[in-house]
Amino acid sequence: MIGLEHYLTVAAALFVIGIFGIFLNRKNVIVILMSIELMLLAVNINLVAFSSFAGDLVGQVFTMFVLTVAAAEAAIGLAILVVFFRNRGTIEVEDVNVMKG
Amino acid sequence: MTSADFQTILPEILLSGFAMAALLLAVYTGKDKLGPMLVWATAGLFVALALYIGLAGEGERTVFSGLFTDDPFARFAKVTILLSAAAVLMMSQDYMSRRDLLRFEYPILVTLAVVGMMVMVSAADLITLYMGLELQSLSLYVVAAMRRDSAKSSEAGLKYFVLGALSSGLLLYGASLTYGYAGTTQFAGILTTVQDGVPLGLLFGLVFMLAGLAFKVSAAPFHMWTPDVYEGSPTPVTAFFATAPKVAAMALIARLVQDAFGGVPGQWGQVLAGLSVASMFLGAVAAIGQRDIKRLMAYSSIAHMGFALIGLAVGTAYGVQATLIYMAIYVTMNVGTFAFILSMERDGRPVSDIAGLNQFAKKEPWKALAMLVLLFSLAGVPPMVGFFGKFYVLKAAVDAGMVWLAVAGAIASVIGAFYYLRIVYFMYFGAEQEPVESRMAPVQWAMLAGVALMMVLGIVNLFGIEAPAALAAEALVR
Repeated sequence: MIGLEHYLTVAAALFVIGIFGIFLNRKNVIVILMSIELMLLAVNINLVAFSSFAGDLVGQVFTMFVLTVAAAEAAIGLAILVVFFRNRGTIEVEDVNVMKG
Repeated sequence: MTSADFQTILPEILLSGFAMAALLLAVYTGKDKLGPMLVWATAGLFVALALYIGLAGEGERTVFSGLFTDDPFARFAKVTILLSAAAVLMMSQDYMSRRDLLRFEYPILVTLAVVGMMVMVSAADLITLYMGLELQSLSLYVVAAMRRDSAKSSEAGLKYFVLGALSSGLLLYGASLTYGYAGTTQFAGILTTVQDGVPLGLLFGLVFMLAGLAFKVSAAPFHMWTPDVYEGSPTPVTAFFATAPKVAAMALIARLVQDAFGGVPGQWGQVLAGLSVASMFLGAVAAIGQRDIKRLMAYSSIAHMGFALIGLAVGTAYGVQATLIYMAIYVTMNVGTFAFILSMERDGRPVSDIAGLNQFAKKEPWKALAMLVLLFSLAGVPPMVGFFGKFYVLKAAVDAGMVWLAVAGAIASVIGAFYYLRIVYFMYFGAEQEPVESRMAPVQWAMLAGVALMMVLGIVNLFGIEAPAALAAEALVR
């Protein structure tokens, strides 16, 4: 029988993979966008699992909102990336270094 | 949904409607030629709404079945947000027009960001909180990358986007855990749940949400985006980042910890105190080596957020009042300082190196004097108003028995005073180098002089913001 904790474990694993994808990835900004998406989807799994096991619909409504915002976020991220590519001719993570932070 | 519900969110509806109408109008007619007109119209609407909210709003009500709340706290934050956004818009119009930067999207995106902020400070539910925060953040990512042909600006936009999205992810993960372990997304419901013990899952949720929000107020150790984004964005955008969004995010933290977790201050007080000490010291120490005034203002804002967090960390009504007063003073000072930074140029190109200010007082004694007042105020030197902001938060910490926090704050403010006073030293006694010119539009000059005057005259009674701030804090802390 698959219980709530199994879903939570999967979601936590996906979330951690997403965070590591952002910080360890040295290659490509697109991979960062994918990692962000992974994090948001992990949250969705969490919300739907909680919602279904508690018999409460609010979590699934929340998921709908998160999905919508994630789409908008990806669109804006890609648009900024296109602008960046036009200026620099590259989207390698190591080349995002005009300013040293 | 009744008409009372809609009446409560009337300002938000008006602003959203205005944004859409302005977008249609500009696209179908003059495009960027309409830019200056839209900037002034937007600023005017902000001021009008701030007056409406400040004067007509009264009472406390939660509408849309507990999603959205309107209370003195929300109104105080909204008035601060609207007025600071209006001030920044007005003083940036000249700068942007002269540099061919004023696209008509700018005031519209700022409007949308302000709507997001107003929703944030009124949130009474995790879903409202998230939607408001994202509306604000998504608009800000775009304005950071506004100067499309500049490598720096697009890099700033990219960095802001990646780290902002990461912080939204953290916040959202925390929200999902909170929902799961509290069984509801409403703050009122969470408050009842935590009254009989905080489950471990809820504690994780709270910490994740605080981490996500700490990114938004740029509190250390979640500050790493701030210097780069401040330096890379066009200066008017930097001025905007340093004012309204900070108030909104700080108010959101206050709302979350008091409205949803108000019963258990022990669980979040230490987290906020830790963030606050880290920010104060990092902001004070890291700013010392900066050569660029925009980067310096970034570290300065990190340090100021640390001070504002003291008031929230103590968890009392007096602490929240101190934070509100601190934030109001902080945005006022920043408006004045950025009015000056906007005017810095060399051969018509904007510059931001501090060394160029050497001997500035000889050429422009009045501007240098106004900046002196502002920098003293930012450093918290009595008798400027900035000192009273610091005094309030430190007193709140002492009153609540967190003396160590107040001592840490005092030490950090002494360290921080060094780099503000260094600029003053350069302006009056520095060795002359390649000088900067300061070309000011009348609005910028009015903002700089007006804020500098306020910093001196405000010591009489802080322009009476204590009473509304106290009212706001009492509405929040029960």
